[in-house]
Amino acid sequence: MTVVDLQQAPATQLHSGQRIVNDFSFVVATTNGTGSQTSNNTLLRALFKMGVPATGKNLFPSNIYGLPTWFYIRVNKDNYRAHRNKAEVLVTYNFDTFAEDVAALPPGGVCIYPMDAPTGKKKWNVVTPSRDDLYYYRIPVDELTAQLNPAQALKEYVANMVYVGALAYLFNIDMAQIEGALSYHFGGKAKPIEMNFGLVKLAYDWAKNNLQKIDPYWCESMPDATFNKDMMMIEGNAAAALGAVFGGVEFVAWYPITPSSSVAENLQEYLASYRHDAEGRATYAIVQAEDELAAIGMIVGAGWAGARSMTATSGPGISLMAEFTGLAYFAEVPAVIWDIQRMGPSTGLPTRTSQGDVLFTHFLGHGDTRQVVLLPANMEECFQFGWEAFDFAERLQTPVFVLSDLELGMNLHISSKFKYPDRPMDRGKVLTAEDLQKAGGQWARYRDVDGDGITYRTLPGTDHPNAAYFTRGTGHNENAGYSEKVEDWHNNLKRLAHKMNTAREILPQPVVQKSKGAKIAIVSYGSNDYAIKEALDYLKARRDISVDYLRILALPLSPKVGEFINGYDRVYVVENNEEGQMAQIMRIDFPEKAPDLRSIARCNGMPLDAEWIMAQLLEMEGK
Amino acid sequence: MGRTKTNELGLLAADYNGRPSTLCPGCGHNSISNQIQQAAFEYSLNQNMVVKMSGIGCSSKTPAYFMGRSHAFNTIHGRMPSVTTGVVLANHHLKAIGVSGDGDTGNIGFGQFKHLVRRNVPMVYIIENNGVYGLTKGQFSATADFGQKTKYAGKNELPAIDLCAEALLADCSFVARSFSGDAKQIRSLLRAAFSHRGTAVIDIISPCVTFNDADDSTKSYHWGKEHREILNELGFVQGQDDIAVDYEEGKSQDVQLHDGSWVRLKKLDDAHDPTDRASAFRVLEQARKEQVIITGLIYIDQERSTVVENARLTDTPLANLTEEQIRPSKATLDKALAELFS
Ligand SMILES: Cc1ncc(C[n+]2csc(CCOP(=O)(O)OP(=O)(O)O)c2C)c(N)n1
Ligand code: SF4
Ligand SMILES: [Mg+2]
Repeated sequence: MTVVDLQQAPATQLHSGQRIVNDFSFVVATTNGTGSQTSNNTLLRALFKMGVPATGKNLFPSNIYGLPTWFYIRVNKDNYRAHRNKAEVLVTYNFDTFAEDVAALPPGGVCIYPMDAPTGKKKWNVVTPSRDDLYYYRIPVDELTAQLNPAQALKEYVANMVYVGALAYLFNIDMAQIEGALSYHFGGKAKPIEMNFGLVKLAYDWAKNNLQKIDPYWCESMPDATFNKDMMMIEGNAAAALGAVFGGVEFVAWYPITPSSSVAENLQEYLASYRHDAEGRATYAIVQAEDELAAIGMIVGAGWAGARSMTATSGPGISLMAEFTGLAYFAEVPAVIWDIQRMGPSTGLPTRTSQGDVLFTHFLGHGDTRQVVLLPANMEECFQFGWEAFDFAERLQTPVFVLSDLELGMNLHISSKFKYPDRPMDRGKVLTAEDLQKAGGQWARYRDVDGDGITYRTLPGTDHPNAAYFTRGTGHNENAGYSEKVEDWHNNLKRLAHKMNTAREILPQPVVQKSKGAKIAIVSYGSNDYAIKEALDYLKARRDISVDYLRILALPLSPKVGEFINGYDRVYVVENNEEGQMAQIMRIDFPEKAPDLRSIARCNGMPLDAEWIMAQLLEMEGK
Repeated sequence: MGRTKTNELGLLAADYNGRPSTLCPGCGHNSISNQIQQAAFEYSLNQNMVVKMSGIGCSSKTPAYFMGRSHAFNTIHGRMPSVTTGVVLANHHLKAIGVSGDGDTGNIGFGQFKHLVRRNVPMVYIIENNGVYGLTKGQFSATADFGQKTKYAGKNELPAIDLCAEALLADCSFVARSFSGDAKQIRSLLRAAFSHRGTAVIDIISPCVTFNDADDSTKSYHWGKEHREILNELGFVQGQDDIAVDYEEGKSQDVQLHDGSWVRLKKLDDAHDPTDRASAFRVLEQARKEQVIITGLIYIDQERSTVVENARLTDTPLANLTEEQIRPSKATLDKALAELFS
């Protein structure tokens, strides 16, 4: 064996202080297209099964093969599940980023790297690390992989199992759980499980025989912890799709775009499994459109005709949808649009997360348009809004945007088991032929009969001579007739504004977390939730500062947001975009409070993290 | 007398009326509206089951002027195809009649048009083709003649797009052309189109009297009258039994439509076989060269499956399914969750 040159050099010595258990992060540096995702998710799942709160974050390039990619796994015994933008333990197979990855480690960090070239491409054997304040381990990746003699095409892929085995030994990750995770990944298929787990075992045994554990980082099973009890793991885009299936989605049109494609792909799978009649015919239709203009056009058509319809897209697609969503707002047609946000402006960074579409979607459409927006913060809400969005769209007869982001959508997260919808579907105000009969055929499409701004519609195909109306994006009166009259226009827009006020009341209400004596508060939304809660704990524990917290779940803003912010000297609006977009919307809706609203906003492609939020707040508080 | 005649549904022709037209007097689009409602009356179309779809333009306004008892969706410029695709998938029992303009279809909506045809979305797609943008006051559209001059738009330097040829190229299953001055032909084509399985494109030369009706324009009344060649005449029969050979050998051709009825084509151009795509391209190319308007049924294919058929939908329209049919049970959710990693 070539293990002789496995010095854990240059300058490492056995760590003598306290062990650091279940409170650090791994980062795995590889290149994309080489199959490391299987290894990374296997580690994540094994840790989850050990009862350890574990959060994965895939930082991948907009590319198919060969560019750097990093996978972070945070383990945290206190169940902090936000991404940290920092890792203590580096595993790297990527020669090109070796120097920068090593430089990013904190003093006392760990670096694990190959002693031979994974797949023979790079000369790892001549590498000399530059820092002497780290713990090093080297592993013979090629040699171990070769022992399994995998098919040439699989070589690069299974080589990733070597670091799984080495990490399992060095950091005490349960091998039985690793095998379980691989078995899940390969759907129980014996051959790939055998091959992959075989290599994990080889690497584990090799590490056991050849490496001495010298660093302070350890994982430990948490058999008594309840954090992961009755929990599961899912990606936000799958949760959204599953929610939509249980919301009775009937029509889907989409155009592929990162990071939203997996919403439609999951829909395709779930619908194929769960939505056929007794003869095996579909109770849904799904169309891959020629572009996002067509995708939104199709769902507006289907929504108008009475089907529960949705699309999923991201920034550039949202831009293309502007004219149609304005039409749907004004003609009052239900539709559900999932926006899995990525970085803009323009094509931006397709594989980096942001909350940059808040202002744009809320006002999407020329003229005075206001759109309904839902803001899920976790897997449970991705599922719930998956079905609820249809109820809101049909109740309000308007497009409903659901703003997820890459962080939620494309990473595997720990979640509680989703709850089955707790109420029947709300199909909104639809007049049937019978209703029309009873009313003597008297009705007007845009007349506010109930005083809530929401009017009655009929569906095409309704068997009554008075059922029809003319749907248009041009000026119209109560009877849907074309009108250029000043009063008709004015009344219509006033009613639409009134309808949006109704929406403020019936949409999901903000979630509030209060503590005693807080003089300041944070307002935020979406995927920032975990980081904010963690930051609040730190502020209390380290600086004894109490901060209250309101999380917005929907736009237009609930009056409760206004009531909440009135109770504080200063309110910090925390968000993942450059301009402080939610803060802007709050200034529009609550102008009297505008002077006390401060924006904590950043947009660099990474999710917000607790340390950064805390630092910003302390700085702005002058502390 | 004619005014009191009722159709199979017991409706009068007047029951198919829409609101009064607000287009220019003499606009070709008006006569097309009249023929649509007349054909719908004759065909006894159930207006409750019809949706009138359109984009934006003078032409796209016209659904307001016929069949007032049908739902209508006047969408946005060039996007009628996508909206209609959604509508017919949401409710495949509906019959969609779309009206578009040459600008709406050939310019801004060209992509959607091609993709709709390619999907074979079941609908009647009428293009009211006047070679200009009427509603924005006379700019050239993609179907304007090469080298043409108008008072308003100057000289057109670009070749014309032939929307029938484009439809054919996208595998359209029903391609026809007509002239707004030929009421009878429009009605017969519409009737065949109503019975057609997939997308029926009817490109109707429809003069804009305000911006493009000079005698030398191929979209003018004059041109339509002087340079029109009729390919075939359409007659209808319910079953083939009814068919007696009343045309000379090779002078007629019978094609069965999707609803079981037959169309008998009396051939005025002996050489053209409208079930032969190559022949269709040939007559279009020849017409382009000779600058004549060929009218009639150019191509028909009753075999191609439609987007609705390909979706293998349950019989009840999606829009009419009940909560029980579209929300799977709690047990199904439990099953789905059990398949996740936990
Ligand atoms: C996105 C957009 N761009 C431009 C317009 C302006 N517009 C209205 S109608 C029209 C042209 C219509 O031409 P055509 O489809 O040929 O119809 P016609 O009026 O000739 O019947 C244009 C450009 C619009 N309504 N929407
Ligand atoms: S402008 Fe032309 S197309 Fe428009 S209504 Fe007048 S004649 Fe018809
Ligand atoms: Mg035109």
